[in-house]
Amino acid sequence: MAEDTATTEAPAEEETDEEVAAPEPDPARDAALAMLTELLGDAIVESHIEPGRDLWVRVQRDAWVESIQTARDSLRCYWIDFLSAIDWMPSPYGREMEAEQDWIIHGRDIKETPAMESGVAGGETRFQVFARVYSIENNLGITFKADLPDDDLRIETLLRTYAGINWHEREAWEMFGIHFDGHPDLRALYLPSGFEGNPMRKDFPLLARRVKPWPGIVDVEQMPEVESPGDDAPSEEGGEA
Amino acid sequence: MTDTLDPRTGGPTGPRPIIESTVSSQEQMRYIGQQAADARLNVEIETEGMTLNMGPQHPATHGTLRLVAKLDGEQVVSAEPIMGYMHRGYEKLTEVRTYPQVTTLVNRIDWLGSFANEVPFILAAEQLMEIEAPPRAKWIRTILFELSRISNIALFLGDMGVQLGAVTPVFLAFRDREFVLNQVEAVTGGRFHPNFDRIGGLKDDLPAGWIEETKAVMVKMRAFCDELETLLMGNEIFQARCRGIGVIPPAVAQEYGLSGANLRASGVDWDMRRDNNYGMAYDECDWKVWTHPDGDSYARYWVRLQETREATYIVDQLLDSMPSGPIMAKVPRIIKVPAGEAYVATENPLGAMGYYIVSQGELTPFRVKIRSASFSNMSVSPWVLKGVFVPDIITILASLYFILGDIDR
Repeated sequence: MAEDTATTEAPAEEETDEEVAAPEPDPARDAALAMLTELLGDAIVESHIEPGRDLWVRVQRDAWVESIQTARDSLRCYWIDFLSAIDWMPSPYGREMEAEQDWIIHGRDIKETPAMESGVAGGETRFQVFARVYSIENNLGITFKADLPDDDLRIETLLRTYAGINWHEREAWEMFGIHFDGHPDLRALYLPSGFEGNPMRKDFPLLARRVKPWPGIVDVEQMPEVESPGDDAPSEEGGEA
Repeated sequence: MTDTLDPRTGGPTGPRPIIESTVSSQEQMRYIGQQAADARLNVEIETEGMTLNMGPQHPATHGTLRLVAKLDGEQVVSAEPIMGYMHRGYEKLTEVRTYPQVTTLVNRIDWLGSFANEVPFILAAEQLMEIEAPPRAKWIRTILFELSRISNIALFLGDMGVQLGAVTPVFLAFRDREFVLNQVEAVTGGRFHPNFDRIGGLKDDLPAGWIEETKAVMVKMRAFCDELETLLMGNEIFQARCRGIGVIPPAVAQEYGLSGANLRASGVDWDMRRDNNYGMAYDECDWKVWTHPDGDSYARYWVRLQETREATYIVDQLLDSMPSGPIMAKVPRIIKVPAGEAYVATENPLGAMGYYIVSQGELTPFRVKIRSASFSNMSVSPWVLKGVFVPDIITILASLYFILGDIDR
């Protein structure tokens, strides 16, 4: 039971890579995941191991503090790396191709918003909080993730587990609008106090890009058209101009 | 010799006596007791605390950090840094830049060790693309990484003296740092913002004669370290102002996510160059991780000085063992990073710096979380500044060593 989530997930990911990298075992991360699965049980929704690199564990929102505390106590993850959030909604502005310059290159229909995708270890909702803790003794990092329902962007604070999470949570609060229950001091960290909106959300427009076309985009897209030898330029770029 | 004490000063009245002959030990004890009683009286009087505002423009803040300290007399009751005066929103900006263009931005996070900022981002992108840089590129990357460490920390070594009132070390630091910056400029064309690292390798190879020049510079930098060790670390005043000031125990250091020399000065033996050496050439040379058990400001200075000297040995060894070959792996002309997530952190001059890249197979990253060292290193400051005296604020802030761009991003 311990490793079923990992073993079903990992081969599906590795299948596409070359065979050399695929069968590489990772006993340390397997053991860590097995231990977490044993201690947390159903709280773990999904997990993923990238052999030799990283371990992701997605937990239920209610078990957020408990799981990270378990990792700290049982796996000796005393070092807090960071906490932040991801907004999985595809940006309605694309890469802000509002300017005429961008229309010339891409045409007007580029702004079809694709469906929402989620990343490693999955995700069902728009906002996902993730935090990374690290065990210096075992030299092992674990990235925890938790989904937040759209209508209730709250999660319990980790302050009682790591005092150093304070600023990280304040940043996530102001940048994504995620409320951390039990945090005594949710004030703006970077933004001026009267600021409205949550800048890191995907539907928050990047104003600089809207008022002025960005010259950099020309370098990116037009170069293969100017000097295309045909062999090294990816084929999908040709159809757009 | 009179027995009465002056009620105003607490000292003996009359003409100032000669200490050895006239003040008996009993009298001296009485005098000390009187002083202590005065001190107690001062504490018992309810005084309104004073709020001291340092910055945003303050020489001790390396940029625009504002520190609001509530004081009781000379002692700090609570202190809180206020950031955001230099927040540039790099995490948002990376979402509208292509991968090769991001290095231009992240150069400016820790502006004293700019090449080191590019490396973890490039490594994370390479990890997602399953590309590995050729050995020669790895070697040159590691050398430039260490050169940015030397030039960055050299400034700290001098600057710490300035914060404590010793002006000479900073001139030595600026003088000798320039040799290192010249070497960086010779390779990359930029002193501060090289923008030299590329996905799959490097922009260019080394210029002719660079290896010999760099070795000569490393000798100079070792002499610089020796000079500061005797000039500043051996100084009694420097030691008095640093020893035992701002002690951070290892458990607290880990809980606040301190990294780099700040963590090693608290006795935690962890260096990502040794323990988590991804995509760099540190395994190829023989070097040592320095730690200090004290956790005070002096330990932080000591560890940084040893590290700078150690970095010169790393550079020397890598220059000797430099492999030949290409400096660029085969990379598509238009870089699209496959969908996935990767987190790569490296041991930057200021501490652990990492990039968590979320890619959805586009030209641009979907989300980049920048984990910068100074942000976590400074988050401990409200804890460590509590209860210290006002002059020690400067010592502690200087010894924690932050760059504002690395806090605000």
